[in-house]
Amino acid sequence: MEPGATSRQLRHLDKHKHRELTFLERDFERPKLVLAGNPNVGKSLIFNALSGMNVEVSNYPGTTVELIKGRFNAFDVYDTPGVYGVSSFNDEECVARDIILEADCIINVVDATHLERDLFLTQQLIDMGKKIVVVLNFMDEVKKQNIQIDVAVLAEFLGVEVVPVIAVKRTGFDRLSAAIEMAQEGIQREELHSSLHAMLRVVGSQAEALLVLEGDEIVASRHGIRPSVLRDEIYISRRNRVNYVVNTVCRDDSTHVRFSERIGRWALKPATGIPMLILFLYCAYLFVGKFTAQTVVNFTEKEIGVNVWEPWIRGLITNFLPSTSWWSALLVGEFGVISMTTTYLLFLLLPLVLAFYITLALMEDSGYLPRLATMVDRSFSGIGLNGRAVIPLILGFGCVTSATITTRLLSTEREKTIATAILQFVIPCSAQIAVIAALLAGAGVKAMIIYGVVIVTVLLVLGKLLNVVLKGESSPLLLDLPPMRLPRIDNVLRKTFFRTYQFMKEASGWFFIGALSVGVAQLTGFLGMLERALVPVVTNWMQLPAGAATAFIMGVVRRDFGAAGLYHMALTPMQITVALITITLFVPCIASLMVMMKERGFREGFVIWIGTWIAAFAVGGIVSQLII
Amino acid sequence: MMIANVREEGDLKGMQATQPTAEAARRKNIISLNYSPTGEWLRICSIPGGLTFTQFIRFGISEGERILCLERLPGGTIVVQKNRQQIAIGHNLAKQIFVVVIEAQEE
Repeated sequence: MEPGATSRQLRHLDKHKHRELTFLERDFERPKLVLAGNPNVGKSLIFNALSGMNVEVSNYPGTTVELIKGRFNAFDVYDTPGVYGVSSFNDEECVARDIILEADCIINVVDATHLERDLFLTQQLIDMGKKIVVVLNFMDEVKKQNIQIDVAVLAEFLGVEVVPVIAVKRTGFDRLSAAIEMAQEGIQREELHSSLHAMLRVVGSQAEALLVLEGDEIVASRHGIRPSVLRDEIYISRRNRVNYVVNTVCRDDSTHVRFSERIGRWALKPATGIPMLILFLYCAYLFVGKFTAQTVVNFTEKEIGVNVWEPWIRGLITNFLPSTSWWSALLVGEFGVISMTTTYLLFLLLPLVLAFYITLALMEDSGYLPRLATMVDRSFSGIGLNGRAVIPLILGFGCVTSATITTRLLSTEREKTIATAILQFVIPCSAQIAVIAALLAGAGVKAMIIYGVVIVTVLLVLGKLLNVVLKGESSPLLLDLPPMRLPRIDNVLRKTFFRTYQFMKEASGWFFIGALSVGVAQLTGFLGMLERALVPVVTNWMQLPAGAATAFIMGVVRRDFGAAGLYHMALTPMQITVALITITLFVPCIASLMVMMKERGFREGFVIWIGTWIAAFAVGGIVSQLII
Repeated sequence: MMIANVREEGDLKGMQATQPTAEAARRKNIISLNYSPTGEWLRICSIPGGLTFTQFIRFGISEGERILCLERLPGGTIVVQKNRQQIAIGHNLAKQIFVVVIEAQEE
């Protein structure tokens, strides 16, 4: 890349002082090579091949979208989130848009088996006037599926280098480096030319001019102008152009329905999809619930946390502070901010969250998750959500706190509120599930059925109620179903580690604050007072021993503490049922309360929190009056 | 399909005025996508405007395009296929998309 590119950018920026610098513009030193493409086209494989081991992963400022940066020859290489086009419809698109706008050269990765979809983005990048190279991935699939693509003609149509590759086998990568050197602006459509020219005078860069013409409000507002209304027109003509190109260069003789496609269709239909879901949930339970929550956590929490870490840190702290002082109680006492919270975060939560994110990444990368979302879509619309909400709800069974953060990916505020409420009310987290399952197993089949029916009923009533009370409708589902594929382990692990890191970074502080406030509440006697206030409700209305009040209050600290407190009480099976129903519906742990307040605002968070108190004791009491 | 015709009568009038598919509407076999049976070939008459329209065009599905109804799930969630591209469409959105079932001879 010639050095002029960056100085040209500087000059351009000088003319636009009214505009704030975007994040990437602050880094002028090296030319930027950007990978762009639709989701699931193998961008990260090509990124890894280019940048080798030297990779930085961070989140793009102000978002939860990951920004991956590496180096290749003289370039800084950036990976972008998979998008179907450049615009500002959601967080991922905004990040991709900003990185693409700042790119000096773009490697556009294209799935050769999905040319019609993928070349739309390619043509848009060409219309933006960017220097690009097209990498045609999945050439092995193309052969297998009997598709014929005339690569030379395609390159001629687009006016840029086209490099066919098989990314998983690294075939064709040797040509990449030379192709990048030859990156050039492609052939633009003439009909765009005059309107682009007019806008160019106002905006100063062809890429941004195109986005403003396409009605991009964010880019337009950066220049203090109003977006144009030509989007549909430009899109339709671009679509026609792409269809023409694809019809000319590509012949499709495939008739054979592949096995993976058949599995994909089974996953959609309830008759086969529900058994598949049950099988999947069972495997997930074996991995998360049995292996991680029991074998791994037993070792990390008990052996490392309680037996090694806590005594060690307690010894260390009491060297400086007398063990009877309130300071030491706060730091290393029963709910010690240092002792208990660290054990909880590192030795209980971390393994569980890792296991859950691995499961989620496997579901995503195999193509199963979008099909599951499709299958449940209709039933979810009854509770005001669409199929997409299956992601936070499933994550909730791992950790409600992390799931509450994940509600961000839902498209409307209304859906975020409903999903958050459902998570906080009825979804037991994995720490709690282990204890609940053990207690229910002891209490018998009748107890299990009553518990299950009550919890599901509360979920449905809550969802229906919110669906009626909150204004609006569930936003419609429109999902691209990627082909079913065996997930790639390196991708799965990268996603898992990034998400786990993000979660620990965002949530850890709240866990400490939560533990601190509970510690203070205990020292000041507030916790005891709350317990005493609860006793009459617990004994008279719910017909449980007074000790259960303590268990419930412990549930405020950590959800599994509450359930575990019931272990040592002499309870009849029906009393166990009532206590477990109450504890499931009862307030989420202090950390998820904090995160909820941050995500949903203080008022909404507080209303949901108070709601769980009322619902837990009301439903628990009613069930108790009926069955005890 | 017949039920759909009766139900959507009102919408149909509006469509004739705005869409260049009056020819198809005359044939009286326009249905909303959520009623499309599994396995039928369809031609798209109209897609609601705005973001949805944009998204569909990016996926390669525009008005006049021929698609396959790969699956109609209970409740009207639809999965359509065009070439190798499969797209799931929630029932609320499918209701607003109008299609004609393509007869065998038309293919």
